[in-house]
Amino acid sequence: MQIYLPIAEVSVNAFLLLGLGGIVGILSGMFGVGGGFLMTPLLFFIGIPPAVAVATEANQIVASSFSGVLAHFKRRTVDLRMGLVLLVGGLIGAALGVQLFTMLREMGQVDLLVKLCYVVFLGIIGGLMFLESLRAIRRSKNPTTVPERKKHGLVHALPFKMKFRTSGLYISVIPPIVVGLFVGILAAIMGVGGGFIMVPAMIYILGMPTKVVIGTSLFQIIFVTAFTTLLHATTNYTVDMALAVLLLIGGVVGAQIGTRIGVKLKAEQLRILLSIMVLAVCAKLALDLLIEPSELYSIGTGGH
Amino acid sequence: MLRLTAALLCLLALPLAAEEVVADLSKDEVAITANFDGSDILIYGAVKRDAPAAAGPMEVIITVSGPKQPVNVRKKDWRFGIWVNASSVEVDEAPSFYAVASSGALREVLSRTEDLRHRISIPRAIRSVGAPSSVVNAADFTDALIRIRTRKNLYQQLDNAVNLFDETLFSTTIDLPANLVEGPYDTRIFLVRDGVVVDEYETVIKVNKVGLERWIYDLAHEQPLIYGLLSLFIAIVAGWGASAVFRYIRF
Repeated sequence: MQIYLPIAEVSVNAFLLLGLGGIVGILSGMFGVGGGFLMTPLLFFIGIPPAVAVATEANQIVASSFSGVLAHFKRRTVDLRMGLVLLVGGLIGAALGVQLFTMLREMGQVDLLVKLCYVVFLGIIGGLMFLESLRAIRRSKNPTTVPERKKHGLVHALPFKMKFRTSGLYISVIPPIVVGLFVGILAAIMGVGGGFIMVPAMIYILGMPTKVVIGTSLFQIIFVTAFTTLLHATTNYTVDMALAVLLLIGGVVGAQIGTRIGVKLKAEQLRILLSIMVLAVCAKLALDLLIEPSELYSIGTGGH
Repeated sequence: MLRLTAALLCLLALPLAAEEVVADLSKDEVAITANFDGSDILIYGAVKRDAPAAAGPMEVIITVSGPKQPVNVRKKDWRFGIWVNASSVEVDEAPSFYAVASSGALREVLSRTEDLRHRISIPRAIRSVGAPSSVVNAADFTDALIRIRTRKNLYQQLDNAVNLFDETLFSTTIDLPANLVEGPYDTRIFLVRDGVVVDEYETVIKVNKVGLERWIYDLAHEQPLIYGLLSLFIAIVAGWGASAVFRYIRF
């Protein structure tokens, strides 16, 4: 069944969108990630204009994060205070990101920026995660080697310290604001929640305990992506409600199925699978930039 | 103006046998609904004559043109080891959709001067004047525009697609693809003899989003803040609903 998307002005198969939403939902449920980093490139591949894909995906992430954060509130694994500090940075970052996005859209370089961001960040995160999980698997085979841990880093030396009781931390507010800012910019440019950057940053830079990391990141992501959606809707008019609803239905159902599959797999196996997937998406996008395209020309509308 | 020239030409070329096109469409309105999947439009008509047909072969050319928009054609180049958009040419007027159907091969049916005057063939329907001087081969950009849109079925050159019976009745079907832009679609029918246009008939097909599509599009452009808030509201409700439903199922 074809459906005409009112904002994207393209006609696509509704079942394809439901299916994409479902598959990405399953993966996000399995791995506990938002799935934006997979969905947005997939939307590019099926021919949704990048600007619409990025803005609409932000709207869809609001739904999946909201669904996820409710479960975390119940388990009391959300550090509200840390979430709010991250949010301050996140909102500023999102505003900057949308500005940058609009500017580059006019210059015709937005596709390049979005793709470069994807290649760089997916490459780094995927690579690190792959190596880390390989090491974890090796470690579980001969448990004699104990991993070293650095405590006291830069986060303890900076001023404006604050107590984060849920996380059991007493650190400066500057690093969380900077992390939030950075993820906010990326969220606006890449159409992702930024969980795949936020989660490692919270663990490795801020030193937060793993159990509160996902809930807190989801809490913060809801507000940043909601803000991004509003900014895209009012400045670029690129949020497609029909597209968002279709992706949402598939995604929400898929996430629940994915959670059940995820329970049956081991943590290291999950992480290595996720990293392989991230690297595959990264490789596909990188090849597009490196190999000479068969069509050198492209058409952009506008010229205001 | 065009009509006037056509009428004058009629008088000059064929003072005895004035020929006139009478035509109609199977529908003059296309509604883009949520499940819009393209539309076929039958264009048919006849040639009205006061006197017996003049000598020389008669041909019919039918064009359908979507709203004209300025577009930017960009070219990728190898820079810093990757392929990036490097140069661009702005085409002032490019129809979002253009189909030209003719009863014979267009190149043989129509003379070059008449094509220039009436802007009938695809390259003539596009107007590009503002190529920056830094771009040497501006023609490559318009060629690329035609190539890309032809591949998407947005530009169609349909030779021998007009059925002509007894130099009097004609008909053709134009296939409007699913990815249409809304607006007025100018439809022109040309009667051609010896490569010269002897009569022209113009009408408009209205392509509009209707119902939900119309509502969403208008809201997004006229009340963007409300539209954004509504999108968020739907997202929140869906997210909450999904978690509530699945919690209920689990027990």
